[in-house]
Amino acid sequence: MPPTAISQAPGFVGRPTRRVDGPLKVTGRAKYAAEYDAPGLAYGYIVSSAVAAGRVLAIEADAALQMPGVIRIFSHADRPATATADKAWQDEVAPPGHPFRPFGSDEIHFALQPIALVVAETYEAARDAASLVTARYEVTQHRVDLKRERATAYDPPEKRAGIPPPPAPRGDFAQAYADAPVKISADYVLAPEYHNPMEMFGTTVVRNDDGKLLVFDKTQGSQNVKAYLAGVFGLPEGDIRVVNAYVGGAFGTALRPNMSAVLAVMASLALERSVRVTLTREQMFALGYRPHMEQTVSLACGRDGKLLAVHHDAVSGTSPFEDYQEAVVNWSGMLYACANTKLSYALAKLNTNTPCDMRAPGATSGVYALEAAMDELAHAAGIDPLELRIRNFSERDGNTDKPYSSKALMLCYREGAARFGWSRRQLAPRSMREGNELVGFGMATGVWEAMVVPVTAKAILSADGALEVSTASSDIGTGTYTILAQIAADAFGLPLERVTVRIGDSALSAHPVEGGSWTAASAGASVSLACAKLKEQALARARRMTNSPLAQAAMEEVAFTDGRIALAGDAGRGVSLADVLRASDLGHLEEEASFTPDEKLAGRYASYSHAAVFAEVRVDEELGVLRVPRLVSAVAGGKILNPKTARSQILGGVVMGLGMALHEEGLFDHDLGRLMNHNYAEYHVPVNADIGDIDVLFVDEHEDKLGHLGVKGLGEIGIVGTAAAVANAIFHATGKRVRDLPITLDKLLG
Amino acid sequence: MLQRTDASQRGELYRVKLAINGAPHDVEVAPWVTLLDLLREGLGLTGTKKGCDHGQCGACTVLLDGMRVNACLLLAVTCDDRAITTIEGVASLEPTAGGGLHPLQDAFMDHDAFQCGYCTPGQICSAVGLIAEGHAHSRDEVRELMSGNLCRCGAYSNIADAVWQVLRDGTAGEGGR
Amino acid sequence: MIRFDYVRPTSVPDAVKALAAKPGAQVIAGGTNLVDLLKYDVAKPSRLIDINRLPLRAIEDTADGGLKLGALVTNADAAYDVRVAQRFPLLASAILAGASAQLRNAATTGGNLLQRTRCLYFYDPHVPCNKREPGTGCPARTGVNRNLAVLGTSEHCIATHPSDMCVALAALNAVVHVTGPAGERQIALSDFHRVPGDRPDLDNTLERGELITAVEVPFSDFGRHYTYLKLRDRLSYAFALVSVAAAVRLDAGRIDELRVALGGVAPKPWRNLEAEGLLAGAAPERRAYEAFADRLLAGAQGFGDNDFKLGLARRAIVRALTQAVAGTPQSQSDKRVA
Repeated sequence: MPPTAISQAPGFVGRPTRRVDGPLKVTGRAKYAAEYDAPGLAYGYIVSSAVAAGRVLAIEADAALQMPGVIRIFSHADRPATATADKAWQDEVAPPGHPFRPFGSDEIHFALQPIALVVAETYEAARDAASLVTARYEVTQHRVDLKRERATAYDPPEKRAGIPPPPAPRGDFAQAYADAPVKISADYVLAPEYHNPMEMFGTTVVRNDDGKLLVFDKTQGSQNVKAYLAGVFGLPEGDIRVVNAYVGGAFGTALRPNMSAVLAVMASLALERSVRVTLTREQMFALGYRPHMEQTVSLACGRDGKLLAVHHDAVSGTSPFEDYQEAVVNWSGMLYACANTKLSYALAKLNTNTPCDMRAPGATSGVYALEAAMDELAHAAGIDPLELRIRNFSERDGNTDKPYSSKALMLCYREGAARFGWSRRQLAPRSMREGNELVGFGMATGVWEAMVVPVTAKAILSADGALEVSTASSDIGTGTYTILAQIAADAFGLPLERVTVRIGDSALSAHPVEGGSWTAASAGASVSLACAKLKEQALARARRMTNSPLAQAAMEEVAFTDGRIALAGDAGRGVSLADVLRASDLGHLEEEASFTPDEKLAGRYASYSHAAVFAEVRVDEELGVLRVPRLVSAVAGGKILNPKTARSQILGGVVMGLGMALHEEGLFDHDLGRLMNHNYAEYHVPVNADIGDIDVLFVDEHEDKLGHLGVKGLGEIGIVGTAAAVANAIFHATGKRVRDLPITLDKLLG
Repeated sequence: MLQRTDASQRGELYRVKLAINGAPHDVEVAPWVTLLDLLREGLGLTGTKKGCDHGQCGACTVLLDGMRVNACLLLAVTCDDRAITTIEGVASLEPTAGGGLHPLQDAFMDHDAFQCGYCTPGQICSAVGLIAEGHAHSRDEVRELMSGNLCRCGAYSNIADAVWQVLRDGTAGEGGR
Repeated sequence: MIRFDYVRPTSVPDAVKALAAKPGAQVIAGGTNLVDLLKYDVAKPSRLIDINRLPLRAIEDTADGGLKLGALVTNADAAYDVRVAQRFPLLASAILAGASAQLRNAATTGGNLLQRTRCLYFYDPHVPCNKREPGTGCPARTGVNRNLAVLGTSEHCIATHPSDMCVALAALNAVVHVTGPAGERQIALSDFHRVPGDRPDLDNTLERGELITAVEVPFSDFGRHYTYLKLRDRLSYAFALVSVAAAVRLDAGRIDELRVALGGVAPKPWRNLEAEGLLAGAAPERRAYEAFADRLLAGAQGFGDNDFKLGLARRAIVRALTQAVAGTPQSQSDKRVA
């Protein structure tokens, strides 16, 4: 059953509200980037590199050019000029280094790198001509094996903005570890994972007669893409507008501007016509990804389970040209209280594209290793894994020594355990069995940053009483349309149908990329502020009306309901907003407002969302067949704006976490330097049959330091800890510790 | 009767008659055009999605003579004289009293059985086919028989709930918001 | 995708004529594998012969109580046909273990026999593959071979046949009916697919111009004593790592007849009639199953990633025989392995 509890309080915020974009999505009318038409639209199809490292000596395109309908073939050897400085190619979230430039030179950095773009009159002509394009290469030695490259790992000289490097050591790890009575140390390996949103990247560039470009793009940041394209192609910002009204999933892969956008604009400018470029699923595997990672975690505790020493080292893959960085090991310095910590993080160059933030980047990987290690420590100490975590609960962020702005993690532990039935767990592994299946219970903690960012929003009230709120945010399935509508509707006491939310357009008010789980709190706050400002204006105008019944009314004495402002205790004494507009001789009222994070508060507090994940696994020991029939995710995420969409956010994180635990793995041929399972049939993501009962519960958490909504954001917390909970349950079921993800059936065979 | 029309710069074209969402369409297509690309690029019916183009995700699911199939793996020329229902025509199969939606469309909204919405048309067409086939008799069988539709947002349990409810009750249930 | 022309015959003789007439011509039916291969530029036909209008969609009773499935019977129509479900539940179960509902609605009986391997190298025209381009080499032997064969391989190819349906058909002693320029003939399913040897480009023993018209499944009466056990990397919609089709007839508490075919481990459904014969008369017990498994897997060789298949296949055979003897066939929707 869906959550149907209806709150008695008036308004929409906090109630399980259907998505306002639902009717468009269930009828196929929501339009995604590659679905806009334009007169004379040409189609571009990308040709990819056959080799992983080296140089293109020649592109042979004669046969392709003979194909009827082919217009032109672009490559490094034949393309319009683009910006020469790296700075122009560095987008809002670029890591340090030299950003990848499609067709920038003859150099090949990774297999499936784009080497040519065939543009033709039809999609089929472009696709089929592309298969006739060949290239000659000078091949050099590639590097794709992280295990081997770990020896070459280095501390990135330039740190990525917004990513804290590992904190300095605290206390004396080596001594504390040596002296401790209980200790473990283990290596954890993560396979590369690919975001693989269902919608493949696509860009439709509609060229107007005046040469201005309307770019429909798959992106998490229309303004990021707009600024980037303007810089790369030297266009006045006014000549380009980017629209991403609907985004078919992204999970981080669309934070940075994509090659389809660059190539479509390149072709459009050169050919002076409208162009569409879409990637194939195979080419989706040539994009940024969650990097391969090798981690070592060493933990020690006393007989009482209190942590005495924590060491976490991680080596992550990055591309030859950029130093992509995540906060991977930092979590081990803050999630539990410990006086002796040593954390380190290094990169190794691989012949791949630059990794790209994927759902809770860094935390998903690092907390997996920490939480698997905590389970190992609990086993070594003979302590219940949940109890071990409770005993090491941190009251302050150990890395910064700041108190938490809020931390209801203890409630997650208690309520999650109760809902799951954790008390039925037998301490010893291999002690629960049913039929051919061993049964295991495992748990893990999840943690993710709670962030807010500056956002500007606009609110417009029209004469007919309808309200429009807007900001250049994006809804990648997160529910942004819906929560902004709820917030705005409540501000004016309107039914949802009277509110229009406009996002997904670079022409709207300033909004950074949609990521980091900051959108609900930040965009929500800005919409709320814009509405408040608009109400002030409306009330001021109402007060000035002739014989106004509100002449003396202050904001806290009035209520906005159904298109009217009236005294709170006397609905009869009021005016309609339509009359206010008429009296002011205005067609509409408009206000813009900006939400700015309180830097002073941010400096004093550490803010995180938390979760406790409990998983049951069933393992057919003889065959390695594994099921996860049920899982409980208890989340502390501040105020919940919409329990329906909030639950979906967590479900999505959990399902992706199950994929990480059991299925997802980019398989490289080390001789060829090439990812081989570049499709949905052999890069496995979970299917419906894999997903059992997922019980999501939100614990009560009062947050008042992160902006006035009290919201923390839920897009990422659902994945963190999930893979560890499953891996730990597998150990509990089988007594077998599998540390390398994904845990495929061959790893479970005795 | 198969008719080959004059070769043009678009190559050899064949005349194909299709009934799409009840409306007859007489189109000329090259043999290497898939039904999916014909719908999306040729006829502007972009409700049917391209998620992999290789029959590995189900986003392009349409009903061909009432049976759910992957439109990406059908050459349009082989669909001559056949009836196709896409997401744009699903509502007219079984309109409910309110809103003119198919009960599955309503149930998907009620159960929040989608997030980004990209797999949704395929999921709904697939579920229409599943119900018509009549082989699912439990929620587990719904999960198995809906496994040809990937959802990367991870709405699977809500999808299973929505489909199972319509299968069991024939409606979206309580409805409302 | 390559350019090709297209014809749509309405009779089997016309189709055979069209097929023989043009080198590189290929038949298209459900298209679920061929269109996929066209898009990857693996299949490069000169002409497509659309056989969907041929009268090959019937499931007919045969004189011995078996069934003859027309080549164009879809996987779904076969699996859900009442006669198939009653007489050959093993076949129905295997079909339902494969692909997705959408694919089963389009894929045909004949097409299923002609499915090409899921070897990752075969599917990627940027890398060598002896099956796709003879003589270019087989990087799979030392590369990513998790899903590849451990039986029937050659130095040139270690591909597997990916079908589930064919594994059951092999266990059921099915016969393939074909029509070619030289007339009609029948090929035992066990002789239809070939091991690669030095011609890995040839998946089967069809002669040029031959068209599959039907697959005949002879009468058998294993009752509930069958199972199709498929092990894979997710619980549905994935190709088999190992699959076992097993059917047993018991007589007075002993094994009277045994049929076992393996999928996911070889270039063809893998059977060993001699090993099956050795079990006739044996008591249905684990030790006998293990001895049988060892004989069926004799000569198996892993290539690194897929080494686990040797042990997994052995266990899967034992479990499948346990299920078949107990009359508790594996459900394809309840993922617990009985």
